Amino acid sequence: MMSKTDAEIRFGNPAELHGTKVQIPYLITEKNTFKRMDDEDKQQETQSPTMSPLASPPSSPPHYQRVPLSHGYSKLRSSTEQMHPAPYEARQPLVQPEGPSSGAPGAKPPRHKASLIRSFSVEREPHDNSSNYPDEPWRITEEQREYYVNQFRSLQPDPSSFISGSVAKNFFTKSKLSIPELSYIWELSDADCDGALTLPEFCAAFHLIVARKNGYPLPEGLPPTLQPEYLQAAFPKPKRECTLFDSYSESMPANQQPRDLNRMELSIKDTADFPVPTQDVTSDDKQEQNKTRLALKSTADEALPKDMSEDPATSKDSNSLKARPRSRSYSSTSIEEAMKRGEDPPTPPPRPQKTHSRASSLDLNKVFQPSVPATKSGLLPPPPALPPRPCPSQISHHNVNSERSAHPKPPTQLPNYGDFRLQKQSEQVSEAEIHPQLNRAPSQVAESSPTKKDIPHSQPPSKPIRRKFRPENSATESQEPPSTVGGPVSAASGKPHAAVQKQSSKQKKAIQTAIRKNKEANAVLARLNSELQQQLKEVHQERIALENQLEQLRPVTVL
Amino acid sequence: MAVCVAVIAKENYPLYIRSIPTENELKFHYMVHTSLDVVDEKISAMGKALVDQRELYLGLLYPTEDYKVYPSYQLCRYGYVTNSKVKFVMVVDSSNTALRDNEIRSMFRKLHNSYTDVMCNPFYNPGDRIHSRAFDSMVTSMMIQVC
Repeated sequence: MMSKTDAEIRFGNPAELHGTKVQIPYLITEKNTFKRMDDEDKQQETQSPTMSPLASPPSSPPHYQRVPLSHGYSKLRSSTEQMHPAPYEARQPLVQPEGPSSGAPGAKPPRHKASLIRSFSVEREPHDNSSNYPDEPWRITEEQREYYVNQFRSLQPDPSSFISGSVAKNFFTKSKLSIPELSYIWELSDADCDGALTLPEFCAAFHLIVARKNGYPLPEGLPPTLQPEYLQAAFPKPKRECTLFDSYSESMPANQQPRDLNRMELSIKDTADFPVPTQDVTSDDKQEQNKTRLALKSTADEALPKDMSEDPATSKDSNSLKARPRSRSYSSTSIEEAMKRGEDPPTPPPRPQKTHSRASSLDLNKVFQPSVPATKSGLLPPPPALPPRPCPSQISHHNVNSERSAHPKPPTQLPNYGDFRLQKQSEQVSEAEIHPQLNRAPSQVAESSPTKKDIPHSQPPSKPIRRKFRPENSATESQEPPSTVGGPVSAASGKPHAAVQKQSSKQKKAIQTAIRKNKEANAVLARLNSELQQQLKEVHQERIALENQLEQLRPVTVL
Repeated sequence: MAVCVAVIAKENYPLYIRSIPTENELKFHYMVHTSLDVVDEKISAMGKALVDQRELYLGLLYPTEDYKVYPSYQLCRYGYVTNSKVKFVMVVDSSNTALRDNEIRSMFRKLHNSYTDVMCNPFYNPGDRIHSRAFDSMVTSMMIQVC
């Protein structure tokens, strides 16, 4: 048996890269040896070992026990080896996101893939040769088993206990298989239908998923090689190979070699127990396996967390983030945190803004009492002062009267605004007018010479005034507009720039309106100022009077 | 043999209903639906029912009626309710074999066990239709046991 496997290994080696094989020790060699044991124990056949397609190519070169049967095996094996990677590789998407426990698998898959596919096809052929287990695709190789065991450990540290249904569900959901298929796989693998998976059940389920990912139709029933009893009995086998352990230890830290040796010893014990009814042995084996596994696990865990931590980064399902304990949770939490951070865009601090000049003054007065009110307080009175518009307007009447000359522009402006043609024509005129308007804006109160007709900005505030004064201004305005119109008309004849004039006229209008508004504000402020000053004078006079009275009365009281 | 097996959820919608395809399935669906009233009546009549297998089994729901269609059936409807108010209704043809009460009970027990196995599957969401192949095979075995 051993020789067979060794031979296979040897022959298989050429098919695979030795280097990589060495990395993946327990590969198929163990599997082969295991199968040998199984074959012999169960059937004592010397037939060529049924190479399950999943059998990983024997990777441990050290095994060299020639066997005449090796020839056929080698062929099979080479094919199977190549076949093996297929499911293994199919597993890789599952595996690698989860971080293969051994770094080698990462490099292996590519090679295994092709060989796996071939091995699958070849596997069918040797059916004749292997009459024991026709369902080769359902045989778990050592390499796969190790991987499954590692995955099991990641979910459930104690290999002898169960994986709960929810944990397993999240784990298997990552395989991206459909829920009905996963449900069916669970149905197949959970032999005792207890809603939890033991290690063999888990391996069976995992194996089915791998096979399904590779395109294998799910069987109607659980294949015999995936039966829990079978798998449990098979478990001790893998540890048997010393060389495998050595090769395995190569992938693991060197300091684990002594542990490997221990495992080997234990595994030997396990195998020694094997003759005992498998059912009874399972528990014992499990205990010993647990010891070995724990020993392995401690080392595997070291590697696992690193691998696992890679998984979440590449894991596809968010479920994995939640389901994964241990190291996965680290990255999962980090990812979740990152997501949370991403989801919490910094809310812009509330801006105090939006306050108009006056509104802000009010708010600011309430909020900050400091100097702001000093400047803003001046605006406070303005609002109340606004209502008596007629007064300032009346006051402004005087100004307006004086400004009338300056305001006549409104009537002139109106026709200018209304008629674009006139506007075009009056472009030059308006341009000429704007400048004097601008100059005049500050001196609005001062009253510049009213000869200039264009004071468009003052038009709005002066509207009410205009209404009153229209009859007054109309006389003058009527004279002016025609003159202005006449002027622009003559000028327009020589002006072909319609569009440009329109645009510029619009801009000028905007500017004029702005100027007008500013002038209004200035007028209002000026009025307020004058009123306040008057009030101040009055108050002063009253104060003086009161003080005089007080002084007059004081001597009386004092006395 | 069972002519029609139905698993009704607590909210009285079918989780699984299957009948012999040879017959007009709609008729069986209707029979099961009408049986639900009887089941509810029996459940409410129990009051604070103790958890007991016997009480889960409701027995014959309707008087045996002859289904005057070739082949003529003598249809008996039996009911069974679980503790989670999931109801099993089975229409049995008793023309060929006089099924005893114990046999019916055993059939319900098998149904219940299979249903429990379905529930144990973490990928099964309670309230979904049951698509379990194991369940189907079990029901098939019940339906063709006589055939």
